[in-house]
Amino acid sequence: MLEIKNLHVEVGGQKILKGLNLTINDGEVHAIMGPNGAGKSTLSYAICGKPGYEITDGSVTFKGKNFLELEASERAGEGVFLGFQYPVEIPGVSNINFLRAAINSVRKYRNEGEMAAGDFLKLIRSKAAELEMDPEMLKRAVNVGFSGGEKKRNEMVQMSMLDPILAVLDETDSGLDIDALRIVADGINRMRCPEKSILVITHYQRLLDYVVPDFVHVLANGKIVKSGDKTLAIRLEKEGYAGLGIEENAA
Amino acid sequence: MVSTLETRQAVEEISGEYKYGFVTDIETVKAPKGLSEEVIRFISAKKDEPAWLLDWRLKSYKKWLKMEEPDWAMLDYEKPNFQDIYYYAAPKSADDRPKSLDEVDPELLKTYEKLGISLQEQEVLSGVAVDIVFDSVSVATTFRKALKEKGVIFCSISEAARDYPALMKKYLGSVVPAADNFYATLNSAVFTDGTFVYIPKGVRCPMELSTYFRINEANTGQFERTLIIADDNSYVSYLEGCTAPMRDENQLHAAVVEIVVLDEAEVKYSTVQNWYPGDKNGVGGIYNFVTKRAACRGLNSKVSWTQVETGSAITWKYPSCILQGDGSVGEFYSVAITNNYQQADTGTKMIHIGKNTSSTIISKGISAGKAQNIYRGLVKVMPNAENTRNFTQCDSLLIGDECGAHTVPYIEAKNPTSQIEHEATTSKISDEQLFYCLQRGLDVEESVSLIVNGFCKEVMQQLPMEFAVEAQKLLGISLEGSVG
Ligand SMILES: Nc1ncnc2c1ncn2[C@@H]1O[C@H](COP(=O)(O)OP(=O)(O)O)[C@@H](O)[C@H]1O
Ligand SMILES: [Mg+2]
Repeated sequence: MLEIKNLHVEVGGQKILKGLNLTINDGEVHAIMGPNGAGKSTLSYAICGKPGYEITDGSVTFKGKNFLELEASERAGEGVFLGFQYPVEIPGVSNINFLRAAINSVRKYRNEGEMAAGDFLKLIRSKAAELEMDPEMLKRAVNVGFSGGEKKRNEMVQMSMLDPILAVLDETDSGLDIDALRIVADGINRMRCPEKSILVITHYQRLLDYVVPDFVHVLANGKIVKSGDKTLAIRLEKEGYAGLGIEENAA
Repeated sequence: MVSTLETRQAVEEISGEYKYGFVTDIETVKAPKGLSEEVIRFISAKKDEPAWLLDWRLKSYKKWLKMEEPDWAMLDYEKPNFQDIYYYAAPKSADDRPKSLDEVDPELLKTYEKLGISLQEQEVLSGVAVDIVFDSVSVATTFRKALKEKGVIFCSISEAARDYPALMKKYLGSVVPAADNFYATLNSAVFTDGTFVYIPKGVRCPMELSTYFRINEANTGQFERTLIIADDNSYVSYLEGCTAPMRDENQLHAAVVEIVVLDEAEVKYSTVQNWYPGDKNGVGGIYNFVTKRAACRGLNSKVSWTQVETGSAITWKYPSCILQGDGSVGEFYSVAITNNYQQADTGTKMIHIGKNTSSTIISKGISAGKAQNIYRGLVKVMPNAENTRNFTQCDSLLIGDECGAHTVPYIEAKNPTSQIEHEATTSKISDEQLFYCLQRGLDVEESVSLIVNGFCKEVMQQLPMEFAVEAQKLLGISLEGSVG
């Protein structure tokens, strides 16, 4: 599904990713862990095409398409969703209107007609209920005045509405209490199926207890320095990066 | 100004963006070019006006000759050559005013169809009555009969001068005196058409009233004059829309709008101003120099101005409220968008004269390209105005690094019991906001439109439902090409 080869990324003149390789097949769940500042968010932005993230070498291929040729919105149209580490506030734009615009844009990209207003409302209400979000929050401006946990839950509502093929979830578990963590994890697990893949970026084993990954990678110093199965995350939790011979903030 | 190949190409390039830029090919009758007593007599004769009105025009003209064009606004433009303008242009077919829609020139009907304005009374958008002003004349007014049954007068101001002399004499120039300011005085001398509205005592106008102003002819100024009178305990919501073809030269639109609100009456006045803004390089566009003022003369009178200003090369207007009656209320909700080389100096004046009067000002300025956007507002509290309140909020949104936003609030409080609050913010569309939208599948234009509409929400939700959707789209279109 996603193939990243020898990826080099620069931001603001700084080399952040330095030859990263990662292959995610259909139906797989991958977890990326790594010290602060290692370049995890940078990787998620590079996959999704954030302006200002310059790809100086390497390739990103999604479903056989050269992703680097596509604009960020086109990549979203292809079915890639990014759950942001820091979701952005958009004053004056209600969650409902935002999602409606998003869904219809994506549908337009896929040459599908607009979703009927009634169907949309039914869908968003059921998704909000699944994620135990108060329907009143759908009327509030996108992320404005939301607590950290509410923002993350809102990202999950957006994900389930947009129904992506690949979800990249950047520290979606950070800042969640135990109950919220379980709700979010259930949301991620609902997406699991043989056609869809998930890349979770996390610091904590507690998420991976619920969302059991097929592969775990450690990103440090701009590269994947270690890969393994779910036991790698458990070892990391016990021994720390140093215990595995990985220098923190090696950059 | 000679149109070079380059400017023509530039105009062609953006023709996709300003979709109202076409010209209607129609035979017109014009006054001789330039301004003189003869031209004023010509206009007055064309309109078959009573002598008192011609007299009023001529007096205004004499005053105007002694006035100087003001330059206190933060605007940079080439002053119009007043002898190089046609002050009257009208479709020949409107020479004897059509009695019904069936008699209106089909070419004109087609024009309005293209502009998305329905003149068919039986159409779905039937909650709205329209007066259509094309260059210097009103060519049609819909729903007159239905309105008349309620006693509502809705007609062109030229007709009102003939048919309702008592109301006209009493109120014309009573809010904006003939010698008020340079452009208002010019308007008083040469005004051509506009709308007259009278809502009788105790009547809630059964539908939205609106006027659609269109400038078509080249080198022609439009001098619209609108007068709205809301008698005791009445209510009306009125909306004006404006468009013009794309031309290389600047064209002048100098309007005067007067509103009189009596005891317990309310007027809601909305504007969606989309005059041709000029091209990407700042060539052409309308000079929009407008005086709009409402007098709340009765107990608890209320007036609410809502404006969405997206067009014009230069906008210079301050819809104001004179809060004379005790307990009267003035509101001003404004969105002003400037892109490319557009300039807007706009705001309001709230003059608190009566006791317990209150006013609210919400201004949203959006600048993109190399544009300048100025909020200029005055809140004045007279010595006898006990217990008055004002709340002002001015927010500016910048798109890019080459544009500017300025806020110039004047406060003159001469009564110690007044409470005046002023808040101002300036922000930018951040890369983070933009990417967030892009990642959800919106393209750049949609993202900017969404963020800007969110920024303007408090103002947009004041618009009548029938126009809100159109206006939202317009915000997006006006900012096309401003990012990325
Ligand atoms: N705009 C920028 N300009 C310069 N450096 C940046 C910029 N954005 C991020 N960085 C740097 O890139 C590195 C990787 O950041 P990030 O991908 O957010 O790390 P992680 O998500 O793994 O914590 C950090 O050292 C950060 O300071
Ligand atoms: Mg990060």
